[in-house]
Formats: sequence, C-alpha cells, structure tokens
Amino acid sequence: MQTRLRAQELTLAYDRRVVARDLGVEIADGSFTVIVGPNACGKSTLLKALSRVLKPQAGTVYLDGAAIASLPSRQVAKQLGMLPQSPVVPAGIVVEDLVARGRFAHQRLLRQWSADDEAAVRDAMAVTEVSDLADRFVDELSGGQRQRVWLAVALAQQTPILLLDEPTTFLDLAHQFEVLDLCAELHEQGRTVVAVLHDLNQACRYATDLVVMRGGEIVAQGAPEAVMTADLVEHVFGVASQVMTDPQTGTPMVVPADRHRRRTTRPPQPIVS
Amino acid sequence: MNVITKPGRRARQFVLRTPGGALSLRVRSRALLVGALLLLAAAAIAVVNLSSGDFPIPVGDVLRSLVGRGDPGTDFIVQELRLPRALVALLVGAALGASGAVFQGLTRNPLGSPDFVGMTVGAATGALVVILLLDGSGLEVAIGAIVGCVLTSIAIYLLAFQRGTQAFRLILMGVGVSALLEAVNSYLIVKGRLDEALAAQVWLIGSLGGRGWTEVTIVAVTLAALLPVVLYYGRHLNMLALGDDTATLHGVRVERSRAVLALASVGLAAGATAAAGPIAFVALAAPQLAARLTRSPGPGILPASAMGAALLAGSDWAAQRVLPDNDIPAGVVTAAIGGLYLTWLLAREWRRGR
Repeated sequence: MQTRLRAQELTLAYDRRVVARDLGVEIADGSFTVIVGPNACGKSTLLKALSRVLKPQAGTVYLDGAAIASLPSRQVAKQLGMLPQSPVVPAGIVVEDLVARGRFAHQRLLRQWSADDEAAVRDAMAVTEVSDLADRFVDELSGGQRQRVWLAVALAQQTPILLLDEPTTFLDLAHQFEVLDLCAELHEQGRTVVAVLHDLNQACRYATDLVVMRGGEIVAQGAPEAVMTADLVEHVFGVASQVMTDPQTGTPMVVPADRHRRRTTRPPQPIVS
Repeated sequence: MNVITKPGRRARQFVLRTPGGALSLRVRSRALLVGALLLLAAAAIAVVNLSSGDFPIPVGDVLRSLVGRGDPGTDFIVQELRLPRALVALLVGAALGASGAVFQGLTRNPLGSPDFVGMTVGAATGALVVILLLDGSGLEVAIGAIVGCVLTSIAIYLLAFQRGTQAFRLILMGVGVSALLEAVNSYLIVKGRLDEALAAQVWLIGSLGGRGWTEVTIVAVTLAALLPVVLYYGRHLNMLALGDDTATLHGVRVERSRAVLALASVGLAAGATAAAGPIAFVALAAPQLAARLTRSPGPGILPASAMGAALLAGSDWAAQRVLPDNDIPAGVVTAAIGGLYLTWLLAREWRRGR
C-alpha cells in the first residue's frame, strides 16, 4: 500500500489530559478514509495531529517519509489541507475575501494574486455553491452556508490530501449528501480524502477505507464491507444493532435494535410509591 | 502589464499582472484612494503648521523653502524652527498608527493598542528614571523610553504566557502592569526635584514642542527599519485573524509570525514614544478610523499609518492654535479627542452587545 501520510506511536493530549497513546495509522493514497467512533474517542484529535495543528506529546506524523513537523510549513500546506471543526470568523469579511485567504501558501509578497489564485478561488466557490454569496459577510450567513464557505477555503488550497473534521455538521440532509458527493468527486479526481463522520451509514456508503476508533485506539480498519459488523457496533458504541445491506448502494447499513419501544411497551408501573 | 478591474459590491479591486505571472499585485481601489487622500491631508496639515506661528509665512513661501528656493530668513524659520516638529508629528503619528494596526490585529481586539496594554506607560517609566534619577536629557531620555517600553512588553508577555499566549490575557495583564507602572511614575515625580519633576511631567503628557532633528532621526530610523517588516508580515496577520489552527493549516508558522509582528509593533511604539512622549489614543483610534474608511477586512497597515500621521499633525495644529497664546502639548489634544472616541466606541459596543 502506498501511503504519503502516516502516524507512528502517537501520544495525543490536551495539556495533561491524554486522549490517545501509542496510536498509529496509515492513510492509503487515493483512498476516501472515513474515521468513525463515539464522542471523545479521539477521532478529531487524530485528525488535528495528522494536520500538524496539534503537536503530539510523543510519536511522529510522517508526510512523504519526513517528519511533518520538520518540513517547511508552507510546503506542507501545499500538500495537505483541512476543514477544521469550528474556525474563527473575523468580523467584517466577505465570502470571496475569506476563500481567497485559502491561497496563502501559494502566494508571495510580489505574487499576491496570480491567474492560478483567481481560478482556484472561483472553482472552489463554484463546486461548493457559494459563488452567489461572494459579496455577503461571512458572519451573517447560516451555519450551513458558512460550513460550505469554509470548505471552499480548504478547496482553494488545492491540496492532494484533504482532511475534513465533521464536514456534515450544521447541514440538513440534502446538503449533507451534497458535501459527501463533493468529497467523493474530489476523491475520484485522485485526491486522498480523510473525513471524520458521525453517521455510520453515510460512512459505509462513501468510504473506501473505514477507521473505527474507541477510547483513543483504532479497533478496526479496512473496507466497510469487511469491517462493519453488529459485534463491532456493539463493542464500539455499546449499541445493539443489525447490519444489513443498504438497498440503494449494497454497502453495510447499521440498523440499531429497537430500544425505545421495548421500554415503553413494558407493563405500566404503578405511580403511587 | 494587464490591469483587470473587478466589479463587486464591497471589494472593488484591480490586479496588476506581468504576462509571465511572475509579478502580481492586488490593490483595493478604495483602500488606495483613502490612503492617498489621508497622506495628502497629513501633508497639507503639516504645511499649514509650517506656515503658521508667531511669524506667519505664506504657504507659497513655505513650499518654496521646502524645495530649497526660499530666502535665508524663511529657510531658518521653516527648516530649522518648524520642520523638525512637523516631521516628528507626521512620523510619530505614522509609527503609532502602524503599531496599533498590528497590535489590534494580533489581539483581535479593538482595545489591544500599545497605549492600552502598558507599553507606553513602561516607556514613560524608562524616561522618568533617566530624567529624575540619572539626570539625563535629550537622546538619553529617548533611549530610556525605548528600554522601558521593550522591558515592559517582555514582562507583560512573560506574565501572560501560559501554554501559548491568549490575546485577552495579554490585554488584561497589560492593564494590570500599566496600573502598577503608573504608580511607580507618580512616585518618581513626587520624589523628584521641582524643576525636574516639571520637565518630567511635560514629557509625560506627550508634546511635540521643542522637538529637534534628534527626535526626527529616532522615529525615522524606527519607521525605516520596522515598517517594511510589518508590511511584509501583514499577510500573516490576515491569516492569524482566522485563528491559530487555520493559520497553521495554511502554512503560517504561527508563533514565529506572531513574535516578529509583536516585536515590530512594540518597536514602532517605543520609537514613537521616545521621540514625542506618550501620545495617547493615536495608536488606538487611527487603525479603526482607517478601517472604517477603507472598509477592508485586513489590518490596513498603510492606511492606518497615514491616518495616524494626519491625526497627530492635526492635533498638533489644534494644540498650537486653539487657545490663543498658549501652546498646549499635542498629547492633551489627542487624549481629549481619543477619550471622546473611546466613549463612543464603548457605548456602541455596549448597545450592540445587548
């Protein structure tokens, strides 16, 4: 397996709170890798470490065989981009100006706005469907629109490797699938896409490679068909379920066991104590 | 070279590009226009300042003297007596405007200006120590101010530094340190000899009176050395405004860029204060007024600089002319105008916050 991006023996922590120990992962080139797992299992943290936003307390992230921390930051930024989870929006900036900042790594003092920059920004805004919002202030957009604008910022960077931390949050069902379709398209164009998702069925539909995490460890990695089983869901999420075949795509589909009705169909308890 | 004009509701801009694409510059029309008008205004006010005084000189004669074609008498008054003061006003204003723009960008806070976070108070302490304890004057006072400013900034940074600096903690720590140093300054003045204490007090208010070529040189060298640095790193400032994580993702070495920008900003404030004393509020107000006029999201260092120059030159004009036969320090005027502005700013933010 060819792999440009991999991590070895990572210890990840916020201050003294250790999230993961001895964590290793290899991201296959050209894969659409989706990381799933329960809340606080360390999936976003792993993504932050892979993108060098979080410095590991121990261990190394490698990009093209070199420790990512040792590479010039701008060079990394041309290879690897990321959609962070809740980025800061500066006041009074319009959509187009924000997306244009995604070109920073490609610009120089005397090459501030090349034809490539212009085309990259235009394309990024077109595929994320924010072209019509170009003149709007970012802080007056809806959550969904804002999410697509930030995606455009990451796309304008034009990196072969793209990491996405929960790209579907804030989005309604239609826009969730639009973003996932876009990711699939980017993947088909040859990019390596790594996304953290919450919805297991969406993950199984879109991923070529599934990374399942629990408590700071990777418990399974592989094709969704090989990995996604009822036992795994029970083990990782503590939820009993049935794994079926998605009638639309043929990929695994997790249907949680009926818990609510089981509770409510219990014989009514006497109210008087 | 191609020029592409891009229409747009808010960000009218044009791009200059060489055919090969080796060079491409993006210019916001409005920022360019505002910057040019502010520079023009600053220059016009400076010329008015040169022409007026105890011996009024017609503007035409002032201009002739400036290009070296005036008569000796006019030359003496314009070039020797009035020019240093006018230049100090322009350059100090420019340095404070740039320093404020950078610092407000770094702290992402409109109150994050050098005079608010104690740098200028620290400069004053340095100057007072030289005036009152070491009996120094002129250049020595200026050096004392620079040392005081830099030491205070380092102290604030170290006090605020806990696993990475947070802008808000930096500002709070600055306010605390400046309160402490104010007390030290008062103590030094109370303990000083009467004549020295008076000189110290005048310095403390920030005056442009009696400034000579020494002061012009100090602030000119500061600007020449540090303005290019902050302009070069202005793009980094744009990225830092998106948060440390996003800036890192796009290839900014956050800690280094921030350190360079902070040091340059401190240096600009230190040089300005060394030359003119602690001039209040120019660093706070100039970047915000300039941003309001240019309507651009970036730090707008050059427009802020031009605005600072115009503000301080204007304040100095007012300081000399508003009260008939009384030359009040320019620092009093900027403090009065700045106080009004700050009140308005806080009232507006408060209304918006509700």
